[in-house]
Amino acid sequence: MNEVCFKTLDQKKSWSLKTYEANGGYSVWRKILKGELTPDQIIDELKTSGLRGRGGAGFPTGLKWSFMPRNADVQKYVVCNSDEGEPGTCKDRDILRYNPHSVIEGMAIGSFVMNATKGYNYIRGEFMEPFYRFEGALKEAYDAGLLGENLDGSSVSFDLYAHLGAGAYICGEETALLESLEGKKGQPRFKPPFPANIGLFGMPTTINNTESFASVPEILAQGGQWFADIGVENSGGCKLFSVTGHVNEPANFEVPMGIPFKDLLEMAGGIREGRTLKAVIPGGSSTPVLTADAAMAMTMDYDGIEKAGSMLGAGSVIIMDDTTCMVEALTRLAHFYYDESCGQCTPCREGTGWLYRVLKRIMDGNGKADDIDLLLGVQDKIIGNTICALGDAAAMPVESFLRNFRQEFEYYIEHGKSMVKG
Amino acid sequence: MISNKAKKQIDIWVAKYPEGRQSSAVMEALKIVQAENDNSLTTEAIQAVADYLDMPGIAAAEVATFYENYNHKPVGKHTIRFCHNISCMLNGADDLIVYLEKKLGVKTGEVTKDSLINVKKVECLGACVGAPMFQIGDQYYENLTTDKIDEIVDGLRKKSK
Ligand SMILES: Cc1cc2nc3c(=O)[nH]c(=O)nc-3n(C[C@H](O)[C@H](O)[C@H](O)COP(=O)(O)O)c2cc1C
Ligand code: SF4
Ligand code: FES
Repeated sequence: MNEVCFKTLDQKKSWSLKTYEANGGYSVWRKILKGELTPDQIIDELKTSGLRGRGGAGFPTGLKWSFMPRNADVQKYVVCNSDEGEPGTCKDRDILRYNPHSVIEGMAIGSFVMNATKGYNYIRGEFMEPFYRFEGALKEAYDAGLLGENLDGSSVSFDLYAHLGAGAYICGEETALLESLEGKKGQPRFKPPFPANIGLFGMPTTINNTESFASVPEILAQGGQWFADIGVENSGGCKLFSVTGHVNEPANFEVPMGIPFKDLLEMAGGIREGRTLKAVIPGGSSTPVLTADAAMAMTMDYDGIEKAGSMLGAGSVIIMDDTTCMVEALTRLAHFYYDESCGQCTPCREGTGWLYRVLKRIMDGNGKADDIDLLLGVQDKIIGNTICALGDAAAMPVESFLRNFRQEFEYYIEHGKSMVKG
Repeated sequence: MISNKAKKQIDIWVAKYPEGRQSSAVMEALKIVQAENDNSLTTEAIQAVADYLDMPGIAAAEVATFYENYNHKPVGKHTIRFCHNISCMLNGADDLIVYLEKKLGVKTGEVTKDSLINVKKVECLGACVGAPMFQIGDQYYENLTTDKIDEIVDGLRKKSK
């Protein structure tokens, strides 16, 4: 546990340069500055490690980095996505607060591999404590000659800046994030072109999640195979899981991929006294909800969670016990997507509004017999018909809540009150 | 409209972006100017930011209305941004919001008579392991209880005296 992003967690001033370096930090970056590592070697190690993007989509990081036109004769950028806003997700905040240098070194390594000499870390606007930590770490790194131009007399340069958001979940979507970094409304762009070709300020850009970048230095220090062996097939390494909701000790845990869900639940102190597990959302609010039985049989890795009927997403495990009204839970999520839709595509803008209003109507005691079919119909029209994945993210929970807990919705419609709460 | 102090703060942000890309600093510039103007933005303030960054007023206005962190009508000296999303909801946020509203004598969206505090329900603030939680200014308050809320609100009231 806590071998990579949380390696320094239990040490004094875990966020300081001194602590980071005492734990082997910046050793990979220094090797690069001495000319002892090539971009191809790094990409190979990352491919071996099995590291997949921790922002939710799970795209292999080594492969992503190999797509950048590193020899193109233009300014290229690396961008870190610290816009963490998916309900249930709160791991990047702790990486930034407790180990910001791992993000800086990860981004520096990425910049070298992709020949991008400038980088931005997009931090959500509410994360002021993490922002100040990150800024403090940046200053330490500049003062130590680890960032800047022609570092250590080499031809390697890297300048890194923190950018702050201003409250919009959609800016976590990578192209909306780029728009926002350019000082515009955070509305996702059509893809293609992909950011690797036309990204920030129209230049080739690679975007990775905070945890993805923070994992890179340790992977390269210990070797790709070392990381791969921690995890299981198709899910290399360890991963941060935010375990929240109805557990005794909610927390972030950095554990090997493939760990049984029931072990993770136990680490979080288990379900509260006298209550039983009812449902689990395993990967953040955008991933399908599972019944207790499906969750208890699941392992926490990409394939294991998919087999159980959901997705690993950002590793945000939301635990619900038998006191949870599933109609209320889904209504809250529907409200979120309705609120956060950027409004660009009709199916998403109108669909998220419909979903929320129908659910609200049910909760107000005015549900109609065909509302369940209506909800299913609306979500079906959103899926696959939008510019970005927020549409799907809004739709998917609806289908899974209705499939797994349909009787609660029927009860609410028929009786005008919650089956659980009365 | 924009003080020299604010201009200096904005310039620090402008310096982070390539030449000619100063509009990347608009989000922070709006926050800086908002903080100087009782925490809300008027059309004139938005235009002043646009002028300072040499960008069209409409572009700055689009940003000021798209993002949640900007206010366009008067708010309290302190905004309590209470998370009501899933992990906080499961841990009793709704009851605590009602408790806070009663304590302050206002509903979410309203400002206390002394203009000190307003409450806003917000979406996940990325601190779900500390649910229920809210934010005031730069700071997060986690694992809230009615006692903790009393302590925090009383603290704000005392400080303003
Ligand atoms: C609506 C929406 C919100 C997203 N929010 C985040 C986020 O907060 N943080 C993040 O890293 N990725 C988020 N993503 C995924 C990013 O678009 C992108 O895939 C990711 O940052 C790539 O980094 P990775 O390959 O390291 O995971 C979001 C995607 C969508 C569609
Ligand atoms: S799917 Fe929704 S959030 Fe995404 S671009 Fe379309 S309207 Fe905006
Ligand atoms: S749900 Fe409240 S902070 Fe995430």
